[in-house]
Formats: sequence, structure tokens, C-alpha cells
Amino acid sequence: MDITETLAIPIPEQLDPSATTGHADLDLTTVGDITVPDPRMKLRDINVFYGQKQAVFNVNLDIGSNSVSAMIGPSGCGKTTLLRCLNRMNDTIDGCRVEGRVEMDGKNVYARKVDPVLLRARVGMVFQKPNPFPKSIFDNVAYGPRIHGLVHDRTDLEEIVHTSLERAGLLNEVKDRLDQPGTGLSGGQQQRLCIARAIAVSPEVILMDEPCSALDPIATARIEELIGELRKNFSIAIVTHSMQQAARVSQRTAYFHLGYLVEVGPTKDIFTTPKHQLTEEYITGRFG
Amino acid sequence: MLRQARDANATRLNSLPEYFGMLGAIWAGAPALLVYFVWLAFEGDILMAQVLEMLPDADSMAATQELLIGDIRNAIENPISYRIASEEVRMAADRYRELSQTATLALTATCLSVFAVCSALALKFMTPRIRARAQVEKIIRGFLLLCSMLAIFITIGIVLSVLFEASRFFQIVSVTEFLFGLDWSPQMAIREDQVGSSGAFGAVPLFVGTLLISFIAMLVAAPVGLMSAIYLSEYAPSKVRAAVKPLLEILAGVPTVVYGFFAAIVVGPALRGFGQSVGLDVASESALAAGFVMGIMIIPFVSSISDDVITAVPQAMRDGSLAMGATHSETMRRVILPAALPGIIGGLLLAISRAIGETMIVVMAAGLSANLTANPLEAVTTVTVQIVTLLVGDQEFDSPKTLAAFALGLALFFITLALNFIALYVVRKYREQYE
Repeated sequence: MDITETLAIPIPEQLDPSATTGHADLDLTTVGDITVPDPRMKLRDINVFYGQKQAVFNVNLDIGSNSVSAMIGPSGCGKTTLLRCLNRMNDTIDGCRVEGRVEMDGKNVYARKVDPVLLRARVGMVFQKPNPFPKSIFDNVAYGPRIHGLVHDRTDLEEIVHTSLERAGLLNEVKDRLDQPGTGLSGGQQQRLCIARAIAVSPEVILMDEPCSALDPIATARIEELIGELRKNFSIAIVTHSMQQAARVSQRTAYFHLGYLVEVGPTKDIFTTPKHQLTEEYITGRFG
Repeated sequence: MLRQARDANATRLNSLPEYFGMLGAIWAGAPALLVYFVWLAFEGDILMAQVLEMLPDADSMAATQELLIGDIRNAIENPISYRIASEEVRMAADRYRELSQTATLALTATCLSVFAVCSALALKFMTPRIRARAQVEKIIRGFLLLCSMLAIFITIGIVLSVLFEASRFFQIVSVTEFLFGLDWSPQMAIREDQVGSSGAFGAVPLFVGTLLISFIAMLVAAPVGLMSAIYLSEYAPSKVRAAVKPLLEILAGVPTVVYGFFAAIVVGPALRGFGQSVGLDVASESALAAGFVMGIMIIPFVSSISDDVITAVPQAMRDGSLAMGATHSETMRRVILPAALPGIIGGLLLAISRAIGETMIVVMAAGLSANLTANPLEAVTTVTVQIVTLLVGDQEFDSPKTLAAFALGLALFFITLALNFIALYVVRKYREQYE
């Protein structure tokens, strides 16, 4: 389907955007250029259904290399669902169906012969709530390298764990207690531990699903700083509820509304000169 | 507007009207109910005392009096006993019936009048100033407390009664002989000149038998129950789960006596036949048959507890592991099971105490002979089986043979108590660690 074509999809009553925006006739065509010069992953014509209910409608979007792509929008706009398409985590949800193409290196990751287990080693994920395993800090970070057989002796493993913790900015705080349970750390430390765990297998892309929503402002600031660092080596897609966060950490921002990608563009343009009326209303705080 | 309504209400009533109604009903009804139950509890004894007073030789020996009371009660309840009873007893029975009718009338009158008086009082004292809601709440709390206390007191009563009878046993047989003796043959000579049967009360063979059978049962139940729980909670599509889980729970609903004859009629002989075909000597009542069937019985117990524990591991753990590129079984082995393990162990301990306390299957399938053996192919007996055999049939309650049952019961009680205690401790420790 041509993405510039105006979508004339009837909007179910309970999802009627005019209820929240006050606009009866709504144009949900994507505004802005969905492509980037150096894409790491490409989403094409993505539709996602939970049972009968459609959550994401015809989304096309590129995730740029070595940059941070932010996805913003009101609750229930499908941004998390779309993020989980990138590493096929939606496969684990009963009744979830994905249509369309998600390309990585020109290959569709939803192709039949692609093993989602291997895909997820290349596309790591950090969740909303810190979820360290009930194991020691060391074992948490060593989890990925161990299951993927990346190391052959203890020295290599220790080096990977140390490097990962270092890159996640956690090493100095925990180096004396690597054998303590990861669940004993503070919320912010746990989230950085999860980031260390994710980068320990050297993924190419890191997906972050509201990584700071359970953290206090200081811990949030540290994670944001860390995201800025990680961008040098990884491609990052982040879902966030905080527009300030999107403005601070990302280079490109995509605004979603009720399952549609409404506007996408360089972050500074989205926040200074939004083109779509819905985007403008959202970022100026009129709803959402 | 809401506030206005509330303020207007507050000037008149401090609780919703139905609370005043409830409180009134309790004030009026509770004393009458109390009178009714107290009356019923004592009515029989008081009436009987009056009837006995009427009889001429009522002041005879206590023992004959008890017999007489028994006769009279039979005559009252059973027309045939009445016909064959003596003149005296018949008279007493007639008198009892008369008194009983009057008493019923009196009871009705008393209760109604108590009710009437209390209702009147309730009407008189029920004013809008009374905090009906708080009072009703207090009464409900008191009632609930009473119910839970009742359960606790009954438990204490059971323990005390077992303890008392067991102490009588230990006056005859020493504790060390009971706990460490290797010989169990509780048959006592009733007359001096009877042969054999001097009575030996070493409980070790019974405990060994119990442990052997419980061990075999857990060998069956733990892996099968755990694996099925893992399948159902992690792998099964929701449709399969919805069908299989209730089916598995049917196993828990089969009466143990049915398992018992399954063990005795199907499994026992089958094992024996198989043993013969490979040249093994298998007793037709073997520990293996009983333990195997008992294991089947505990499978739903183990699987439902494990299922709960595994399901309780947060979804975030699974997502975290899967997102690292772990497969389903790696996630299970490396994350879910370690997180759930203490809970699973707690569940297994509870299952063991269930196996130790199980009676019917072993009565029917494991035999009665107290062999001190670790060979699962031989017949063994268990603590519960011996309690049953000691207490079935005509009993004299001053012989060590009968009292031994209480000592065994006490020992069993402490073992299961200890197991439950450890299980709860393990589960609690797990919670502290991971939450």
C-alpha cells in the first residue's frame, strides 16, 4: 500500500480520536520522511492484531544506525507493540498476529526460516520494569554469553561481564559484590544491570520499552546519559512517555496515535515545528 | 451535591440505615439463639436426671445406673426396644417422653419471650446516636474470631487426648524401647497360659516401612508432577491447559480406597507376575505396589502446587530471558526453575507429609507384617496401617496393644508437623530472598 495514500479506515467508536481531540474528521496519514540514510532495521506495512482487535495500522518506519529513535504517543497508541515486533517478542503473546515486513540486513525477520531465538541475540531489549534474574550480579550479566556459547573459559567470561558492567556505568558501584543477588540493587542500578545484561551479547540493536518509567529523576538522568554513550556502538529504539526524555536522548522521533504512525522526523523538528495537528496538540500538552 | 447529601444525612444518622437494622436484628435475635442452644445442650441430661429420681432404686451403683440410662434411651428411640423393655424402663421412657414434650413447649415459649423482650429493649435503646456501623463491624469480627478459635481449640484438644493416652502407653513400655526397638509384634497374651505373643513395641520397622513407601511414592510423584506442571504452565496452549488441568485434578478426587483396591488387585499382582517372569521373588503385597499407587495419588497434589509456584514467577523474568535469545527450555531451566525451586521444595515436603499420613492404600496393598527391610519387593507395614489394625475390633483400653496406637499417632503427628514446619520455613525464606 502506498504510504502517502490517505487512509480511509473506519475508526471504531470507542477509539474515536475526536473524543480526545475534538476533531471529527481525522487525517492519519504519516507526515514526514519515514526513511533514513543508513537504516539498521526497516518496518514495512506493519499491522498487528491481538485476537480480533487491531493495535497497529500500516506502519512504515526506519530505525537508523548508531542513533536513537524515539517512539512517543498517548497510552495505547501501539508504540510498545510495534517495538516488540522488532525482536519478535510479540510471538510470546497468545493470540498476537503480525502482518508486514521487518527487515534487518535486507531480510525479513518474520520469514519462516528465521529463528527468533537468534534474532533476539542480535536485537536486545530492556524492559519498563527492571527485571534482573534472581541470580548474582555476575550471573545476570553472564546469562547471555553462557546460553549463546560466546565464551570458552572463565577469564573470557569475566572480561565480558566487566566490560558490559563498565559500559553500563555500573562497574564501580558493584565490583566488590558481583556475587550478591542482582535483585538487591536499587531500581536504577537494576535497570543498568539489565542494560549490561543486554549488551553482554553484543547485540546490534537495543530496544528500550519505557526504561525509566519506574525510576526516580536522578536514576533517569544516569540512564539517559548512558543511552547517549551507547548510541556510539548500538542502534537504539526507545519507547517513552516522557516527551522531554525523547527530546533529550533521541535524534529521530515518531509520534503514534491510536495505532497509526502520525508523524516522524528529526527530533528537533518534531518538537519545534510539528507538522501534524495531532502531534502539535500532544507535545503542547493539550491531551495525552 | 454529593457532599450536601452526605451532610444532610450526617445530621440524622451516622451509619447507613441497614446497619441499624442489622444491629437491631442481632440485639433481638442473638440472646434468644443463645438460650436455644444452651437449652438443647443440657435438656437431655436434666430430663434424664428427673426421670431417674422418679425411679425407686435410682440411688444404686453408678455402673448399673449407666446401663439403666442406656436402656431407657434405647426404649425412647426404638419401638422394638420399648416392647421388650422391663416395666420399670417403660415407665421411665413414658415419663421422659412427657417431660420432653413439655420441655419443647417451654423452650419455644422461653425463646419467644426472650426474643420479644430483647426486641423491645432494642427498640427502646436504638437511637440515631448509636454507631451502628462500628458495632456491627465489631460483632462480625468477634464472630469470625470465635470460629477461628474453635478450630484451634479442637486441634489442641486432639493433641492433648493423643498425648494423654500415649503417656499411659509410655508408663508400660519405655520411650527408648518404642523409638529404638527393632521388633514390632503388638499381640499380647490375654491369659497367663497363652503361648507366644509377649508383645514387642519397637516402632523402627514401622517407620522404616513408612519412609520406604513414601520414598517410592515421591519417586513417582515428584518427577511426573513437576514435569506436568512445567508443561501445563509454560508450554501448553491455553486450550490444552483448560482441558488437561481439570482432568489431572480428577485424580485428586478419586477416593483413596479406590486407589487402594487398584493397588491390591491390579498393580500388586501385575508386579508379582512381572517379577516372576524375570526371576524375582515379589510379594503379592509389596512396598513397591503401594508406593507406586500412592505416588499416582499425589501427582495432582505436586503438580498443582508446582504449577502455582511456577505461574507466580513474574512474567518479566520470562520476557527478560526470552529477549536475551534464550529458548523456552533454557528459560525454564536457568531462570524459572531456580526462582521457583524453594516453593517447589516446600510443596514436595507437603506432599511427603501427605504420603506419610496416607492409610487406605497401604492397608490394602502393603500388608501387615512388620518387616525391617529396605527391599521394595517385600511386604512392609506402615505407622498408619498399624494404628488401624490396633484400633479395629474389640478393644480394651488398658492394654498396651491399644494404647500403642496413640503413641504411634503422636509420633506421626510430630513427624508431619516437623515436615510442614520446614516446608513453611523454606517457602518463607524464598519470599524474603526474591521479592
